[in-house]
Amino acid sequence: MKAFSPIEKHQDYTGAKMGLWIFLFGELLLFGAMFILYSVFRHWYPQDFHNASRSLNMITGTVHTLVLLTSSLTMVLSITAIQKGNKKLCLTFLFLTILLGLLFMVNKYFEWEHKIHNGIYPGSEFLLAQAKGVMVFFSLYYSMVGIHGLHVIIGIVLLSWIFWEVLKKPDHHSRWDAFLHKDFPGCHLAIVDAQGKEVWKGEVFDDSVKQIHLRVSYHPVKERIHFHDFISLENCGLYWHLVDMIWIFLFPLYYLIS
Amino acid sequence: MDVSVSYNQEKTAYPGIFGWIFSTDHKRIGVLYLLSIATFFIVGASIGVVMRLEMLTPGQTIVQPRTYNALFTVHGVIMIFLIVLPGVPSIFGNFFLPIQLGAKDVAFPKLNILSWWLYMTGALIAVAGLFVGGGAPDTGWTFYAPYTLKSATNIVMPLFGAFILGISSIITGLNFITTIHRMRCPGMTWNKMPLFAWGLYATAWIQVLANPIVGITLLLVIFEKVFDIGVFDPSKGGDPLLYQHLFWIYSHPAVYIMILPGMGIISEILPTFSKKNIFGYKAIAYSSMLIAIIGSFVWAHHMFTTGMSDIARIVFSFLTFLVAIPTGVKIFNWLATLYGGSIEVKTPLLYALVFIFQFCIGGFTGMILGTLSTDLHVHDTYYVVGHFHYTMFGGLGFALLGGLYYWFPKMFGKMYSEKHSRIALGTLFVGFNTLYFHMLIMGWLGMPRRYYDYLGYFQTLHVTSTIGSWILFVGIFYMMGNLIHAGLKGEKAQANPWGGTTLEWKISSPPPTENFEEIPEVVYGPYERKGGQE
Repeated sequence: MKAFSPIEKHQDYTGAKMGLWIFLFGELLLFGAMFILYSVFRHWYPQDFHNASRSLNMITGTVHTLVLLTSSLTMVLSITAIQKGNKKLCLTFLFLTILLGLLFMVNKYFEWEHKIHNGIYPGSEFLLAQAKGVMVFFSLYYSMVGIHGLHVIIGIVLLSWIFWEVLKKPDHHSRWDAFLHKDFPGCHLAIVDAQGKEVWKGEVFDDSVKQIHLRVSYHPVKERIHFHDFISLENCGLYWHLVDMIWIFLFPLYYLIS
Repeated sequence: MDVSVSYNQEKTAYPGIFGWIFSTDHKRIGVLYLLSIATFFIVGASIGVVMRLEMLTPGQTIVQPRTYNALFTVHGVIMIFLIVLPGVPSIFGNFFLPIQLGAKDVAFPKLNILSWWLYMTGALIAVAGLFVGGGAPDTGWTFYAPYTLKSATNIVMPLFGAFILGISSIITGLNFITTIHRMRCPGMTWNKMPLFAWGLYATAWIQVLANPIVGITLLLVIFEKVFDIGVFDPSKGGDPLLYQHLFWIYSHPAVYIMILPGMGIISEILPTFSKKNIFGYKAIAYSSMLIAIIGSFVWAHHMFTTGMSDIARIVFSFLTFLVAIPTGVKIFNWLATLYGGSIEVKTPLLYALVFIFQFCIGGFTGMILGTLSTDLHVHDTYYVVGHFHYTMFGGLGFALLGGLYYWFPKMFGKMYSEKHSRIALGTLFVGFNTLYFHMLIMGWLGMPRRYYDYLGYFQTLHVTSTIGSWILFVGIFYMMGNLIHAGLKGEKAQANPWGGTTLEWKISSPPPTENFEEIPEVVYGPYERKGGQE
């Protein structure tokens, strides 16, 4: 064992990204199963789907799409900002992304509120009187858009958490610990430069020194912000894009088929 | 940090049990899973014994028909979702995967403990659902629509529990995939990776890719119950057959989630006790991947009698037969590994041999079920019940126990009594085959599964089968008692009691917290005994 080895804080940039991509595959399959259901039912009831889709407001749908697409843009900008070391800009764009996410949810709320007010919801008397294909259309619409909305909410929570992380970020520490107490008496601690020349030298240890703990604190200067430190931000971004992408499929399949 | 302290002795930030349930150490998490799964297993097995007791005589023996329906549902839910699905990956995968790869932990230790917490949450929600609301579900573990939609029992909570268990399983899967890709020690190429890790790798992909589909399917059923949507309800324009498709798209690959890591354990045990290199390393490793891939395209063989088109049925039947090829490749390579070895007969090896015997019966009966013409006759009979108990319990269950006997000295640093272990195995073997082989016969003669009542004609076979369940139950407690006794009072185990060659045998028993003082470097294949590797 080496006398000094940094306490391992396992950081694996590629690994972390890989983990998230695998998770996204899973998410795709989750929605994929619902898209399969959609395609089967649309094949069975093309006319009913066409009729049912008319009651969805295309303008509201377009607003949803624009809002989410813009939020993806601000998300990318936020990641680029941190890669260039601009923390303030990163936080601004992150804030905008969260705001757009919330806007999407508010818009969604009013849309659904309006629908439910008009008696169009699963199990409503109005729907039960409709053709079977119309019932299925709205069953799928509420399930898929609902689960998508749940993902948006989860995304907003994640982004808010990452906002906090970035905000308090660059103050981090590395710690080294050593416990080889037999060797310590008669040693001294030193800081050396690249050539091995001592820049700073401490006192010689006596028997009382049994352990050494070193802590290096990184101060929040611009040079220290490194995009490897922000893998969580990138991963949140990837997740956010997936949620956006799924909406891009939901939008035409529900709003544009009439 | 003192590297010689073993993982279960180490002082942690939290006292007592909290040092375990908040631990991110993969070994402690593995032990947590072992204890939780063993607890649920006793519950599930006891329900099984009650069911067999009910079938002792025609008509009512001890429970009402409705209770019987609830019993077989709960037995299935507990056994499948809480035990065999997480089973080997969660217990031994967590404990040994990082060690076998020469790593200090999995790629995401915090996600790892989260997956245990989700497992417990899902399990408790599912179990609580049996007692509140309409009571225990009575639809069978498959939760087929439209039974599920009509049943007045509490379906929603067990389904939601199963959904959370699915998330836990996905997390474990993605953790293992990332660990295997990123954390193999220097020199450990893909083809020098232990076969158990290969089994877990194939499993992990199924976990990640198949779980979301059942997750969303169960969620949609919940939506049907709670929000009145109607994708599976024909009265609302939905289609119950789609439920079956989506359910089996996951649940068929799920049986490979269960069996592949079990096969991995067998591939570890055989070379160790034959004292020779594994025969056909690559064939065994890649056949795991093949099983995972082909196994994802066979789901509709559960639905031969639902009125699918003949073309679809022939294709699915053909694909089902294809799975037998990589499985056969494994079995022949295992036998070839034994051939010419200096075999040391110890309990783990006996478990492996029993596994091969019983799994072959499970596999061959599976072929009969996969054949269209015979399936129409034995579909939904005790034949199916016998078949999947031969694969899941006789196969996976015995592989898991074999793994437990193989790695017990490593996990707990104690040796068990060889004599009592063999008696326990003998009891399990006799009990198991008495119980389930008669089910195969009954099914062949036409006894339908899940029926509460039966013709007097079947009684002798039912009685024999029930007696088998008693023997098996005794065997289970004998085995558990033996291991608990060994854990408390056993002799201290050596670092390498069996002469194994993989990395876990190169560190002390039980392993130190950090696994390795220095990350090892691998030069030889995992089971090679040349070049000074002993």
